Amino acid sequence: MVNIIWVAMTVIGIIFAMFNGTMQDVNEAVFTGAKEAVTLCIGLISILVFWLGMMRIAEDAGLLQILAKLFRPIVKRLFPEVPNDHPAMGYILSNMMANMFGLGNAATPLGIKAMEEMKRLNGNKQEASRSMITFLAINTSSLTLIPTTVIAIRMNYNSASPTDIVGTTLIATLCSTIGAILIDRYFHYRRTRKGRM
Amino acid sequence: MGIVSIISLWFIPVLIGFILVYGTFKQVPTYESFVEGGKEGIKIAFSIIPFLVGMLVAISVFRASGALDYFMDMIRPALEAIGVPAEIAPLAIIRPISGNAALGMTSDLMATYGPDSFIGRLASTIQGSTDTTFYVLTVYFGAVGIKKMGDALKVGLLADLVGIASAIIVVTLVFGN
Repeated sequence: MVNIIWVAMTVIGIIFAMFNGTMQDVNEAVFTGAKEAVTLCIGLISILVFWLGMMRIAEDAGLLQILAKLFRPIVKRLFPEVPNDHPAMGYILSNMMANMFGLGNAATPLGIKAMEEMKRLNGNKQEASRSMITFLAINTSSLTLIPTTVIAIRMNYNSASPTDIVGTTLIATLCSTIGAILIDRYFHYRRTRKGRM
Repeated sequence: MGIVSIISLWFIPVLIGFILVYGTFKQVPTYESFVEGGKEGIKIAFSIIPFLVGMLVAISVFRASGALDYFMDMIRPALEAIGVPAEIAPLAIIRPISGNAALGMTSDLMATYGPDSFIGRLASTIQGSTDTTFYVLTVYFGAVGIKKMGDALKVGLLADLVGIASAIIVVTLVFGN
């Protein structure tokens, strides 16, 4: 999918330039675009290093586990099929906490472990279970507390206050997560109703 | 609005202080842990270079040729009728498909309109508040061998729609002009 969009943008741009007389601009755009991308990544290093360093301290201090314990009562209600003391619950919680702190790299292996356990709960079927769909819905709606990368990019472009989007991002991400849960519930009840008929 | 700004301003410094105090209290070798985690940051920053180069070149070519303006003028009336700035449309389309491609678009929007403009803030919020649905689905279902996704894709994409809509509403309320 991304391949098609990527090729389409470039090729349409080149064809457009042929008729629009903007070939010179396109020539320059190839090099300025590439250069800007590299400059941007170098600028990202500073904040990524600092933030992932901070998060490692939080992880080593056991803050993630504490948060997981705090959120367990809420999360339990979202996954009625998963028994309370089942390892799946632990992985689900740690994955959500890692996501919240923007630890994408730590979140992915935990999420995969959670999926494995949920598959086992579902009798190793090759079909997505209800809890798996809920888990993915929450994951795709993103629970980030601090959008580190976005802040870094804003700093790169000399924003007067790079962090002023933290509040709006929090509210938006909360809405999208609640939305994801509601949509997931709706589809679940639609499925069970169909099953009964 | 005041509260949102205060949270934005205070959240990070307070969190940093808390993590450091708590880590010390729990006898974590704070500085060494920090360095270890930081190394990963370098890896990530370098690994996204090819993603960004590819996407930014494509966007730059698309814009420099005049094609972007042409398409934006075409879809603008329809989007503005429902309150969506046309500049955001390409980002909204690509966000569920590729996170790094969306990152490229977000930075491009900030370079063009400025990070503190309405568009810049909206792009930042969209980038931060939704995740790459296709990537998450592929990785998680692929890793454990799930063939039938059920309603997962539908739910994920609808949630993205909710996320983008709420980003537009919230940013308009807080930073609207």
